[in-house]
Amino acid sequence: MSGSNSPKSVRTPLGRVRGLGSSHSGTSDFWRQRLTAVAMLLLLIPVIFIVMSLLRSNQAGVAQVLGSPIVAIVMLLFIIASIWHMKIGMQVVIEDYVHDEKIKLISIIGNNFFSAAVALASIYAILKLSSGV
Amino acid sequence: MAEFALPKNSKITGGKEWPKPAGATQTREFRVYRWNPDDGKNPSVDTYHIDTNDCGPMVLDGLIWIKNNIDPTLTFRRSCREGVCGSCAMNIDGQNTLACTRAMDEVDDGAIKVNPLPHQPVVKDLVPDLTNFYAQYASIEPWLKTTTPTPQKEWKQSHSDREKLDGLYECILCACCSTSCPSYWWNSDRFLGPAALLQATRWVKDSRDEATGERLDNLEDPFRLYRCHTIMNCAKACPKGLNPSEAIAELKMKMVERQV
Repeated sequence: MSGSNSPKSVRTPLGRVRGLGSSHSGTSDFWRQRLTAVAMLLLLIPVIFIVMSLLRSNQAGVAQVLGSPIVAIVMLLFIIASIWHMKIGMQVVIEDYVHDEKIKLISIIGNNFFSAAVALASIYAILKLSSGV
Repeated sequence: MAEFALPKNSKITGGKEWPKPAGATQTREFRVYRWNPDDGKNPSVDTYHIDTNDCGPMVLDGLIWIKNNIDPTLTFRRSCREGVCGSCAMNIDGQNTLACTRAMDEVDDGAIKVNPLPHQPVVKDLVPDLTNFYAQYASIEPWLKTTTPTPQKEWKQSHSDREKLDGLYECILCACCSTSCPSYWWNSDRFLGPAALLQATRWVKDSRDEATGERLDNLEDPFRLYRCHTIMNCAKACPKGLNPSEAIAELKMKMVERQV
């Protein structure tokens, strides 16, 4: 072991690797990321079709299209799947690259808040338009 | 944050150009990473020319020729010289591989660039410090674990169950895969890396082992296992032609299988 690379702690290598142990989690996120990816793949074509049909419409026109329960539900499903996917994906990026524990924690909290806010705002907008309130 | 630049004392500066061997008709240029922990200098890249008529065909033969004929201070690990021990793993022309099984002819024309395995502390020249890598291997407890009393003779295994270990048992722990993995570069303190995970798969899939669930419990972690993003550098680097990426995918499948 060279001088400049000597470890900061005299803990054994195995002790360092074992660290705080396994968190017994991660599979749910892994599974949900794939699940939402498949969902988005299936929903993407109807969503593109719906969005295309809304181009150049005014608010009344949009409200009329979204008034159809099937259209509104497809849009809601797409919002839920994509934002869930986005939230998990961003968390993975943060865990990959942000190593400072404090900044990591703040980033993960921010990611959760942002995703929840965007999801709720989108859902509220669709519900409001589709119910015509 | 992830490090995208080398620390100041790791930046490569200069290097010595050694004279061509006298009387050699055919030579090949080597550019070799040098770092000595004792002289306090930054790493450098030395240039050597070897006499290919007086030297074996592999990159390792070239390095041994340099050590014997030009510069005895050149430091590297080697042992079996036939791709079994994994000692001479290094980065040759940008690819992690074994110096003993990579022919000089396989490297594109021009200089053969030889560096230590990436993103590991360097002990000296081409010798990386693999302490953490070996500890990670130890952490997956690579031995048969059973509760059933040990039989009088051997633990039996059917031919088809034995075949499930093909593509896993051949791993020689040379560390070419793990040190080629960007995810391992960023998180080697917590991500076990392709080699340890391939070995973990070897024990999870062993029909004689009775601790499969316990093994999966120990691996189920966002960092230990799920830092693998199927980048597949590991499969590209493996000098034994194994596919750690596929082995890790099998682990993830098993995790889902026992949950969904």
